[in-house]
Amino acid sequence: MSAKRTPFYDIHVSLNAKMVDFAGYSMPLQYETGSTAEHEIVRTDVGAFDVSHMGQIEITGPDRNAFANRLTCNDVGKLEDGGVQYSAFLTDEGTFVDDILVYRFDDRIMLVVNAANIAKDWEHILSKKSGINVRVKNNSDDIALLAIQGPKAEELIGALATPGISNLDYYKFDAGQIAGSGVFVSRTGYTGEDGFEIYCRNEQASVLWHGLVGHGRAKPVGLAARDSLRLEMGYSLYGHEIDENINPYEAGLGWIVKVDKGAPFTGLKGVQAVKASGPRRKLVGFTCAEKGAIPRDGYDVFLGGEKVDHVRSGGFSPSLQMGIGTTFLPTESATPGAKIEVAVRDNRVEGEVVKLPFYKDGSVKSK
Amino acid sequence: MSNIPEDLQYTEEHEYIRRTEDPTVVQIGITDYAQGELGDIVYVELPEVGATFSKMDVFGTIEAVKAVSELFSPVTGEIVEINSALDNEPASINQDPYEAGWMIKMKIENPGDLEQLLDSNNYAQHIGE
Repeated sequence: MSAKRTPFYDIHVSLNAKMVDFAGYSMPLQYETGSTAEHEIVRTDVGAFDVSHMGQIEITGPDRNAFANRLTCNDVGKLEDGGVQYSAFLTDEGTFVDDILVYRFDDRIMLVVNAANIAKDWEHILSKKSGINVRVKNNSDDIALLAIQGPKAEELIGALATPGISNLDYYKFDAGQIAGSGVFVSRTGYTGEDGFEIYCRNEQASVLWHGLVGHGRAKPVGLAARDSLRLEMGYSLYGHEIDENINPYEAGLGWIVKVDKGAPFTGLKGVQAVKASGPRRKLVGFTCAEKGAIPRDGYDVFLGGEKVDHVRSGGFSPSLQMGIGTTFLPTESATPGAKIEVAVRDNRVEGEVVKLPFYKDGSVKSK
Repeated sequence: MSNIPEDLQYTEEHEYIRRTEDPTVVQIGITDYAQGELGDIVYVELPEVGATFSKMDVFGTIEAVKAVSELFSPVTGEIVEINSALDNEPASINQDPYEAGWMIKMKIENPGDLEQLLDSNNYAQHIGE
């Protein structure tokens, strides 16, 4: 099967982006600017990311909110119309099926899921649907998503969007117009910087891009910088920090699990058991200060000479100018200052556990 | 299209070989195509002067932001000089792979090794350009 193309594909190719297959989609890894410069653009200016590979699943019908509350571990009851919530689908054992965003409209729920998990999530949702009055629809192929991220995002959106959009609070969304296209926009992102995510129909994608991206506006940024930006913030990426063998308490995401929300949800029993006993291991971030010691995904991690895990995500941090990574350590050792060893090529190099995020100066408007 | 100078020789592993004034010494680096594939280079580990390598031995490592890659010796011989400026300026491999971004100079043991290298046309074909 050949890789799917997003509605921005032709634009990426015209910009000489290096295209790679990611989660079944042909996506820009980087543009001619290069991943380090693209990273820097988002930290200091404003960048644009095609994230149309993300999936969108819509729930309508009278029981939509109750159904979403049954499917997800965070509390949809706490979400108002126009609000966004970070949440997850869990297995019966309380491990991650996927991490998601929940958008609550006055007449529907939209779930935004990882590209690699669209098919799996869809089956998961259908398997929980019996006896409840909802309709579900997979809109993933019809919706384009453009993320505008960086400290100058507000200024750019303010200049091009209908009034109100650029004043949205963090994790709120609204409908509006940008560059003449009807869109809806949330104040969300995955970079640690202020920013917006703009949803539109596929056929509007090209006009939206050309309105927002270009000289004096947002610069295009590829997946490589998206990954280094999110890793500097310690944000989880499915398949790395979270998967079906990892529960939210281990991953440092206990705050999205509302065991007392008053609605049973898939995985509740599993997470209750973990919560009662406490997680055996915890996700940590670590730095490798030695020059050239860059931890990569899959490298072995040692604690006191014993192999305890592997590097979940790793790479060179453009902001810290050193190697950074994530791994799981036994709970009693998962504290800042703890020393680990990472097998980097033929050497074991020292890593030091640090408090997340790695990068602490982001412009993101957290609550 | 990447830059493939006609006066250099190449390997399938994307090293280039430049002849020097001393016919027994060659200068080695990675091609423009290779640096483009690797992306932003943040560190390069080079051998000590005096180290010896056989053809196709790993003589060093390149760490780019997104990937790590090994460097293969195109010939058998001894390291006579390394570009120590790369220690502080690894990005010069991205910016100027054929000049400022050179990596090592080797004294070749067997001049016949040079005859087995690719010329610029063959290398262009190898990378599909």
